[in-house]
Amino acid sequence: MAENLIKPENLVYDKTKVLTDRVLHYCPGCGHSTTHRMLAEAIDELGIQGETIGIAPVGCSVLAYYYFDVDMTEAAHGRAPAVATGIKRVLPDKYVFTYQGDGDLAAIGTAETIHACNRGENFLIVFINNGIYGMTGGQMAPTTLENMKSTTSPRGRDVKTMGSPLKISELVASLPGTYYVARHSVHTPANARKTKRAFKKALEYQKEKKGTCLIEVVSNCPSNWKMTPIESNKWMEENMFPFYSLGDIKAPK
Amino acid sequence: MAKKGDVVIQTERCKGCEICLSACPQNVLAMSDKVNSKGYRYAVKVNSACTGCTNCAVVCPDGVITVYREK
Repeated sequence: MAENLIKPENLVYDKTKVLTDRVLHYCPGCGHSTTHRMLAEAIDELGIQGETIGIAPVGCSVLAYYYFDVDMTEAAHGRAPAVATGIKRVLPDKYVFTYQGDGDLAAIGTAETIHACNRGENFLIVFINNGIYGMTGGQMAPTTLENMKSTTSPRGRDVKTMGSPLKISELVASLPGTYYVARHSVHTPANARKTKRAFKKALEYQKEKKGTCLIEVVSNCPSNWKMTPIESNKWMEENMFPFYSLGDIKAPK
Repeated sequence: MAKKGDVVIQTERCKGCEICLSACPQNVLAMSDKVNSKGYRYAVKVNSACTGCTNCAVVCPDGVITVYREK
């Protein structure tokens, strides 16, 4: 072994200052944690920490305001886009984002989501999709895959009685108010970096007042899928990605 | 020749999810035999092949890895 490399001038990666030092409450291997950091790094790299306002949802990420070192507020279940609308209209020069899971955004807050996107409200919606209600113990969400087991669909989701999984990103991409809609994941370094780039693009579009940007992050839920983090990421690649395909869904030309 | 790197792992914050292990192209990381105060086995460095690529740190959910690379 040669010289000691652990010196400040050799530092190439450290946790961003836009995240607080508080230990994240998420389960081991949860995609929420990585997504938090990618969003925080995007805010850090754009130098807009002091200009950013976040809205936390209800769900596993209800405590997001503990982790982002930006101004944060908490919305009633599913109502984050409505709260964001109010904040953005009063403070149009601030960067506003909502951070919502699939139970919050795609079930309880469907109306708020769709109407905010349809009005073209000028903020970023970060949508974490793990196909399940994580915080309450793994109930079926609108995004649960066909035949996927959950505590409220123990024999698998039967689309005849429970409907088909809802592709929110494709749905809002069809609305004229949205400007940039993309689906990413954070389970590998390459995917995580792509997600960060998407967040940066969306925040830049917000500065240009282009309309609603929605970034969906397909994520895992090791605890409720009852898998190890590594198994859950593999399961996600094999089952979630064929249905929720990654990439830009609506991108400016 | 690839540049040399090094990682520092905050073992008390590690939750032992093992995602960093498969992200490392040089197989520098492994899980410890010991556990931290929360009872998680944590990631440890087992060789000096690190190139400072930052893959492990980018993908670590809890952001416990700091990466250094020679200039």
